[in-house]
Amino acid sequence: MPLEMDGAVFRAVVSTVVPESVDLDAQGWRDLELVVESLLRERPENLQRQLRFFLRVIQWLPVLRFGRPFTSLNQASRTRVLGYLQNHPIQKVRVGFWGLRTLVLAGYYGRPEAAGSIGYAASPRGWEALG
Amino acid sequence: MKRLSYDIVIVGSGAGGGTVAQELSPLCRQGVRIVVLEKGPRLRDDEFTGRELEMAAALYEDGGGFLTADGTMTLAFGSAYGGSTAVYTGTSMLPPERIIRHWNVPGLTHDDLVCRAKKFMAENNVHLIEDGLINQNNRLFVEGCRKLGYDVQQFPVNIKGCRGSSLCNLGCPNQAKQGTDRVQLPRAEQNGVEVVTRCEALRISEKIVTARVAAKPADGKGEPSTWEPGDYQIDAKVMVVCAGAVNTPALLLRSGMGQRLPRVGHGFTTHPAFIMVAEHATPITNFVGHPKSFYLDQFAESERFVLETCMYFPFITAKSMAGFGPPHSGFMRAFPRLQMILVLACDEANSYNRVTVDANGRPVVHYRFMPEAIRGLIRGAITSAKIFFAAGAVRVHMPVARDTTIEARDTDRLEEIAAEAEFKPGKVPVSAAHLQGGCAMGSGPDDSVTDSYGRVHGMPWLYVADASLFPNSLEINPYITIMALADRAAQSIREEASALL
Repeated sequence: MPLEMDGAVFRAVVSTVVPESVDLDAQGWRDLELVVESLLRERPENLQRQLRFFLRVIQWLPVLRFGRPFTSLNQASRTRVLGYLQNHPIQKVRVGFWGLRTLVLAGYYGRPEAAGSIGYAASPRGWEALG
Repeated sequence: MKRLSYDIVIVGSGAGGGTVAQELSPLCRQGVRIVVLEKGPRLRDDEFTGRELEMAAALYEDGGGFLTADGTMTLAFGSAYGGSTAVYTGTSMLPPERIIRHWNVPGLTHDDLVCRAKKFMAENNVHLIEDGLINQNNRLFVEGCRKLGYDVQQFPVNIKGCRGSSLCNLGCPNQAKQGTDRVQLPRAEQNGVEVVTRCEALRISEKIVTARVAAKPADGKGEPSTWEPGDYQIDAKVMVVCAGAVNTPALLLRSGMGQRLPRVGHGFTTHPAFIMVAEHATPITNFVGHPKSFYLDQFAESERFVLETCMYFPFITAKSMAGFGPPHSGFMRAFPRLQMILVLACDEANSYNRVTVDANGRPVVHYRFMPEAIRGLIRGAITSAKIFFAAGAVRVHMPVARDTTIEARDTDRLEEIAAEAEFKPGKVPVSAAHLQGGCAMGSGPDDSVTDSYGRVHGMPWLYVADASLFPNSLEINPYITIMALADRAAQSIREEASALL
């Protein structure tokens, strides 16, 4: 599975991108990771390799600045690390973060439970469903 | 490889292919054999669930995640029976006179396009939605525009029996949208045209189409193809390529036509777009009702942007907002109070933006954001923020602002915020669904790929009939113009039938 090696780093990224994810139970995390893994399966193998590489960069880059890996940082420091990547002067780094962020958001908000939790309730019945 | 024979092969079943199929279908009565090859699946009505990820996977190329070569823009286009007409919102606009004049294609007049467009608007039940069915997301846009003195317009849409599911972009679960999947293709099939889904045209040459039929994936939606999975060689006298602005140029290029037609792939435009999101103090009707009922195009010429109402689904909304963490999820948690505007830049064809193919023949879209498009997006963002606040929003998410959350108290600082705005490709989530150009109409091979009827220069057996024909951006939602151009291609084929068939 694409995320097996870096599951802890991935979860740390998820909880920084979507703070509400800390409330997920074991089933919620499984559902989130199933969405991500099914999206990755449809993508070329080199993209999966890039993702793994990017997760390792995220894990070890903070050692230079904070003396600790990403998973050992508090939320504020994690936010600074991801903000640095998001605003990085090199476009490829920004795009890499954007791709990772997209997967995280798909995993979290692609679950029907998440749609419900934010009050999104579109229905094929449209106006009738409003009652 | 299996071998089959048809008189006319149409590649693609969207606004172009569906129209050509219908308009040529009377020829079937004279014994002409016509087949439409569609790469995507054909779904049963009960498979349109409105669930975001599963519908995107079933109806869009790459599940809606097709990226430009440098990864800075997502291109959303349909891959299903009906092409992108299965996933658009049905907004039906006549081509603007100033644009057709600017295109300056010999033999193409605005009057002719409008005449044909009106025929399809009538056929597809295009009308203005009645007032009682317009939701607050749209009403607030109108209210904000009017307070600011803007000339807001209502979109004509092609719906029949709309229940207001708001799920248009995931395929209407109520079959209300009158795309080619509901109107033109069924008529064509009734008249004897064969439509084969899950069938990708790999290469074309004079008299031969090479195609591959894919098996239905075990967990996939849709019917299996009517042809057995495998490779096919299809003999054909006439070919009409309607695979869209990415796949049509790619098909011609991997078929080795690039040298003979040096303009294939060039002139690609997209209306690059992002969404603006505003939060109101109280819930509004937003995920119910038609999502795209109004637009503002008075700044298209002067400031190069158009604004449209929109309402997306949780993942796409989250993806389309910049940033992460509490500011981002704060807006997401306010979903029932969100108003949305789509900002579209009017980009111009240029020498860089184009479609090529990789070593495996797959399309690669090279797209760079030019200064004019970036200015259009920033000006559109500022105008949207003004509209939101005029309509009573308490805060706005602006993806190009340094601090993406703007409070109502910042209203007087919007121009200052615009001056400080920064557009960093890869950070600002940009997407596009109006893909155009790549096989432009024009005078000859030096400036274009086809003539004004979509006839490919020097290849009388080959036509193009889709948005790739546009020599430059249309600056409005394109499908009705595509249908009008496809009608011209069909007319030309009928008139040339004795020579071609």
